[in-house]
Amino acid sequence: MSIEVHSLTKTFGTQVAVDHINFSVGKGEIVGFLGPNGAGKSTTMKMITGYLLPDEGNISICGLDVLRQPIESRRKIGYLPESNPLYYDMYVKEFLSFIGGIYRVDQRMKKVEEVIEQTGLGEEQSKKIGQLSKGYKQRVGLAHALIHDPEVLILDEPISGLDPNQLVEIRDLILEIGRSKTVLFSTHIMQEVEAICDRVIIINKGKIVADDLIDKLQRPSGDKEILQILLDRPLSIDAFRQINGLNAINSLDPAVFVLEFDPSQDIRPALFEMVKRMDRKILEMTVVHEGVEEVFRKLTEDNRSS
Amino acid sequence: MKEIYFKEIGSFFGSIIGYVVAGVFLLTLGMILWVFPDYSILYYNYASLDSFFFIAPVVFFFLIPAITMGMFAEEHRSGTMELLLTKPLTTAQVVWGKVLASFTLVMLILLPTVVYYYSVYQLGSPKGNLDTGGILGSYIGLIFLAFSFVAIGVFSSAITKSQIVGFLIATLLIITMYWGWGLMAKIPIFSGIWDDFVASFGIDKHYISIRRGVLDTRDIMYFLSVGLGYVMATIFVLNIKRK
Repeated sequence: MSIEVHSLTKTFGTQVAVDHINFSVGKGEIVGFLGPNGAGKSTTMKMITGYLLPDEGNISICGLDVLRQPIESRRKIGYLPESNPLYYDMYVKEFLSFIGGIYRVDQRMKKVEEVIEQTGLGEEQSKKIGQLSKGYKQRVGLAHALIHDPEVLILDEPISGLDPNQLVEIRDLILEIGRSKTVLFSTHIMQEVEAICDRVIIINKGKIVADDLIDKLQRPSGDKEILQILLDRPLSIDAFRQINGLNAINSLDPAVFVLEFDPSQDIRPALFEMVKRMDRKILEMTVVHEGVEEVFRKLTEDNRSS
Repeated sequence: MKEIYFKEIGSFFGSIIGYVVAGVFLLTLGMILWVFPDYSILYYNYASLDSFFFIAPVVFFFLIPAITMGMFAEEHRSGTMELLLTKPLTTAQVVWGKVLASFTLVMLILLPTVVYYYSVYQLGSPKGNLDTGGILGSYIGLIFLAFSFVAIGVFSSAITKSQIVGFLIATLLIITMYWGWGLMAKIPIFSGIWDDFVASFGIDKHYISIRRGVLDTRDIMYFLSVGLGYVMATIFVLNIKRK
């Protein structure tokens, strides 16, 4: 396991920020870490990277205990903190070489060139960090996290506050990095989660409320499936009543219907038959997934009302 | 530690502020010692650097906090502390890197004052008639004093997010450590057996003692304990923030 978190707890005053959470991330996985603001995402990441000391529990990175072997375990981690703090008065190359020096990277300048290339900083490499745009600063942050070829990447909100183009670029970059490394990243942009990760961990009020593969989370809880169809001409909703196993029908438009049915009984053949009998044609049929966004909202809803 | 050390030295001379601080220090010292009559070596008519060693700590009250004020305050403000402390570095390595860098900067700024020695050496009658041993001892005293001031300054910077606050706390602590104990010793309740004991906590007493030209291990131990004490306190404060 690349990251193993066991019974991790952190309290600030009377507020329990992280409450006995357990999870593990295997080698090469890309895991999205989701939760509403103040759920404990950043606190958990700060403990994993060794910045904050936990009150209880333990963390291991590639088998190294973060508390007992702080220096060795930090060598395995590349970390991009939430606010992406950087030395604004340093030049990009100077900064990356400084960080490389801390990690005692061999052939430092060569490695600096490599990460500049990898993160697409080429044109901006001789500027001061303070002069760069937000997207480029984010790249410098990522480059600094990659310079020592870490096995594990911890990225706290790597794509927040970027414009749509930058967002796509940074997303592709994370995907590319994720091919060879373990990545744990937090975000609140749901489309990104669906685009990037294999697995999602949702945290709410310091507790883990969901930890599953993204495909499984996208499926509704298993007791219903939803189909949306588009017909060439309008049809009365009553025509659908003759299909067995249909739980609910909804008409969005005279020719567009949303059908809810039991997954144990595939209604599609019966549906085709019926439509054919009624002398209509199906122009479009889609299985509607309940998105991660829906799941997220359901699981963290109580947070909003309280 | 090495990386932090060179980063701090580089960023001091990489910014205009570094040159301004060094320039203001040397200009102030030069004006006081060679131009304005009150402490002027020329008006004094003796081939001695006494007024330099008298004035230097007072100028250090402001020079050293100006050098150390940003050391941690700026890292706290910009959040880069998180960057440093999640790297394979111990808190002690970060603190020592900054303390030694600040100390080196003070030494570099102090270096040109060797010209004063040369000038007074040339001006002596006969030439070279001055107490070289005493001056060497005084420089050693000044170096130890600078080390303890730097430790106080770095500590002050570590407890705040604001450079200005870091500067003010450092100046206040340094002046208190320098003169405060001596002043307190004069309170009547300490008179008799306690006044010497209270005064011995003051930096000035040990500085003056070294300047006499006698390198007493007690004075050296004193400066090292003040310096190391504040370095430890800095490490402690920074570790508390991670709790």
